[in-house]
Amino acid sequence: MGDGMRAVAVLAMAVLAGSAARAEEKLKVGFVYVGPVGDFGYSYQHDQGRQFLQKQLGDKVETTFLENVAENDSQRAFEQLARSGHKLIFGTSFGFMDPMLKVAKQFPKVDFEHATGYKQAPNLATYSARFYEGRYIMGEIAAKISKTHTVGYIASFPIPEVVSGIDAFMLGAQSIDPNFKVKIVWVNTWFDPGKEADAAKALIAQGVDVIAQHTDSAAPLQEAEKAGIHGFGQSSDMAKFAPKAILTSLEDNWGPYYVGEVKAVQDGTWKSHDTWGGLAAGMVVMGPYENMPADVKAMAEKTEADIKSGAVKVFAGPISKQDGTVAVKAGEVMPDKEILGLNWYVKGVDDKVPQ
Amino acid sequence: MNPDMIQLVLVGVVTAATPLFLAALGELVAERAGVLNLGVEGMMVMGAASGFAAAYLTGSTLIGALVGTAVGALMALLFGLLTVVFAVSQVAAGLALTIFGLGLSGLVGSAFVGLKRDAAPHLAIPGLTHLPVVGRLVFGEDYFVYAALLLALAVSHGLRRTRAGLVLRAVGDNHGSAHALGVPVRSVRLLAVLFGGACAGLGGAYLSLSYTPFWSPEMTAGRGWIALALVVFASWRPWRALGGALLFGGATVLQLQAQAFGIGLPGQFMSAVPYLVTLLALVALSLRRRAGSVAPAMLGTAFVPDR
Repeated sequence: MGDGMRAVAVLAMAVLAGSAARAEEKLKVGFVYVGPVGDFGYSYQHDQGRQFLQKQLGDKVETTFLENVAENDSQRAFEQLARSGHKLIFGTSFGFMDPMLKVAKQFPKVDFEHATGYKQAPNLATYSARFYEGRYIMGEIAAKISKTHTVGYIASFPIPEVVSGIDAFMLGAQSIDPNFKVKIVWVNTWFDPGKEADAAKALIAQGVDVIAQHTDSAAPLQEAEKAGIHGFGQSSDMAKFAPKAILTSLEDNWGPYYVGEVKAVQDGTWKSHDTWGGLAAGMVVMGPYENMPADVKAMAEKTEADIKSGAVKVFAGPISKQDGTVAVKAGEVMPDKEILGLNWYVKGVDDKVPQ
Repeated sequence: MNPDMIQLVLVGVVTAATPLFLAALGELVAERAGVLNLGVEGMMVMGAASGFAAAYLTGSTLIGALVGTAVGALMALLFGLLTVVFAVSQVAAGLALTIFGLGLSGLVGSAFVGLKRDAAPHLAIPGLTHLPVVGRLVFGEDYFVYAALLLALAVSHGLRRTRAGLVLRAVGDNHGSAHALGVPVRSVRLLAVLFGGACAGLGGAYLSLSYTPFWSPEMTAGRGWIALALVVFASWRPWRALGGALLFGGATVLQLQAQAFGIGLPGQFMSAVPYLVTLLALVALSLRRRAGSVAPAMLGTAFVPDR
């Protein structure tokens, strides 16, 4: 309810701003975020992308954003942006999918782009990032750094994106240490600093010396710093929260993608598409490699380069499921469709996917 | 598990319970005076934002805690003016206060996102804090925990043993009779509401100053609502609220510990355990309650004096 009320207020302001603008040659680009831009996580990174776009294209583009838009109340936000002359509109949350599809049909002359969704239309494209590529590198680093050969993994919800992240992490770790172990704690929230900190404390009590997280706050990193162990940042560079504990961060980087899409619309070359870019496309960026020996840093940099060049594929066979059945044969690579629906652990994960 | 690890787990339980208990204790006092304030979440999150901001700017955790407390009381003043003075619906005003607090805290805290400071200092008594097994648990908590215990003592004693407590309970149980006896019903209620807001603000400040020492929008993550449930769970008794907070905080922490320990229960079920515990406790309470309702009789009812 709170999100809805705020969305209305923000919407009203956006409409006022829209009617005041009279610059004809500028392309108006709208962004709709599910969270506050101040979350220092997912929505924050999208807004960094918007600011990058504004800076790069300067007076050729005019950007508007609506934050804290509730998913079930988002249709009006998209309609309002489309009506006020925005020619390209980005929606950044999975839950915006059906509202965007509806609004795209109503405004065939406006182009829409939806992050993390899977429904397209002639004027509705989808885009997402291969975050699992970064998690593979993190797994390698953890296997090199950990003296207990065990990582503590704080997971949010058992959805394919999170499960594939755990699998990619473990495939990376096993490439260094075949017997590497993971202890997984599900917190069933994307964001609850207190609970994330408690999960980190529980893992530390069990003797892990590296913590990985697929939740949004810096709390687990702070606990790692306090306990004198290591951890990884999520979404943005979280080094300042834990200067001694941080190994690297998995950063979302949408700016260059947004610039490319805006240019395509301006050139008239924009077409609906399904983009899933990773390290090579620059949509996923690794933060600085810190607090690790030079050889580990060199290894991480090499893997990063190899994933970019395509020499290393994260989900390349042979990959076995937990019960030993072969999921991907040697010489083959798991198709994208399967990665997007991944709901099983690779061999070596001593846990069950919650059903 | 060795004894020191158990101690660490218990310290974690106390940490998880403290913000719940502080907010619940304040709400309990307001409800004993007959006012239901559903704005606990909003007051807490404002306490967290302003407490962190003040502590960051001054470098003093104490000032942060005091500012968080004061801002919680200010939020409650707004609620009190609406519901006690103008007799607006308490439910509607409380919900509005939560929405308002969540929005305003984002604005107040926007300049402080992504900043960090050291956690609140812990008590350190030479020779005692480093005792094995119990030292950290009993003598090494942060100051908020001891403040919460002192507050519990004061509220419990005040409600049961003082004239002021008697007056407050009378206002909550029958405001008409209290008014007839010359008790200033609305002033008493306003004070109780202010106390509730101050406690919620302090509980919020605990989150951003000690639990996880940074500010992030909506970092209360529903704890205000849990505090509201705790008051009912505790059947409006301070020490039961303390027990309930430990139980609730404990269930959350222990389920995370169990997962890390490798007890193979599915995560979603484990996350639901605290709520299950609460439901069971509520049922047990209502079965025992045959003798009569334990809720303040005037809870949620506005008082408008005849003229």
